[in-house]
Amino acid sequence: MRERDEEWTSLMRSAISGDSAAYHRLLKAVAPVLRAAARRGLARAGQPVDQSEDIVQDILLAVHLKRHTWDANAPFAPWLFAIARNKLIDALRRRGRRVFVNIDDFAETLPDQPAAETAPASEVAAHLNALPARQRDVLQSIAVESASIKDTAAKYSMSEGAVRVALHRGLSSLTAKLRER
Amino acid sequence: MRMDTDQLIRTLAADNSHRARPVGLVLALALLAAAPVSLLMFFAELGVRPDVMTAMHNPFFDLKFAVTLALASAAVIVSLHLSRPEASLRGFGWLFVIPAGLLAAGIGGEMMLPQRLPMMTRLVGSNSKVCMTAIPLMSLPLLIASLVGLRHGAPTRPAIAGAIAGLVSAGLAATLYASHCTDDSPLFVATWYTIAAALVTAVGALAGSRVLRF
Repeated sequence: MRERDEEWTSLMRSAISGDSAAYHRLLKAVAPVLRAAARRGLARAGQPVDQSEDIVQDILLAVHLKRHTWDANAPFAPWLFAIARNKLIDALRRRGRRVFVNIDDFAETLPDQPAAETAPASEVAAHLNALPARQRDVLQSIAVESASIKDTAAKYSMSEGAVRVALHRGLSSLTAKLRER
Repeated sequence: MRMDTDQLIRTLAADNSHRARPVGLVLALALLAAAPVSLLMFFAELGVRPDVMTAMHNPFFDLKFAVTLALASAAVIVSLHLSRPEASLRGFGWLFVIPAGLLAAGIGGEMMLPQRLPMMTRLVGSNSKVCMTAIPLMSLPLLIASLVGLRHGAPTRPAIAGAIAGLVSAGLAATLYASHCTDDSPLFVATWYTIAAALVTAVGALAGSRVLRF
């Protein structure tokens, strides 16, 4: 567990200093842990666990947009689990339950628990369609077609800077829409 | 259009180059933008007291600024701390002992000196109504600014963070008000400034629980 935490912290430090590959690896590594915790939280609240993927995506977006609040001298896991816990409580509350979520739910979770059973997420996808066309095009190109920023810029005759701006705005407005629910 | 988690992760990684400003900077900029509004309210309605040059030689006049600035600084430090999701008040709450301690020391000091006016007269003062109106009103623009700053962070205790934002703005507004008010007794400050600050804190907590969720 300590080894895992140290690896996460070092990946996040690399990510902050500009290493996108390290960031990608980190998010891939934390997703199954978040998924397991979300399923456990839903199960305990008597909610169908197939909604866990929406919670995972909600947490990942928050992690992304709030990562400037992480102190690079502090371990990453407590920061991550505080965000995850907050989002899980939020999600359960929205589904009409007041549930106490123990922070240890996350720390105890083994990364390789139920990674295989990934239910489809629907909330982020639903809000995607409501985005301005340009932001949706850019997100579609990068997310679904796995295009790079450069290729996306060429495809839509935009500058790479404009693609970056549209990408970031798209992610921010997705998060804002998720919060409005 | 669908977006599974792997696709979302790829998209987030593509956005890694985006750098957000630190919360402290956003808070500072927001407060700087709001300060002229509070200053305008202050100079339009109140203004600095006319005998300020002589008042400055009165240690009880000066103490008011020490107390209000200590409150504002403590609240800024605590609010920045609480803008991190994993933070709790533990280890930081004692910062508020500083303004409270200064005020208590001032009350003690005043008790030991011979006074022209009886205690209750000093406590009630002659400006309590203005004090309780002016501090909350001048706080409002600064409270909005503090909330804007903290919204940029990730406070997982939005009501508490909002309350602290209230203390930031109340501390700053009280600093302005202190230069107008002719009641310098620490008893007056401990009573009316505290009530005014508590009011702003309550408004901050209420607003925070709504706008500081992320």
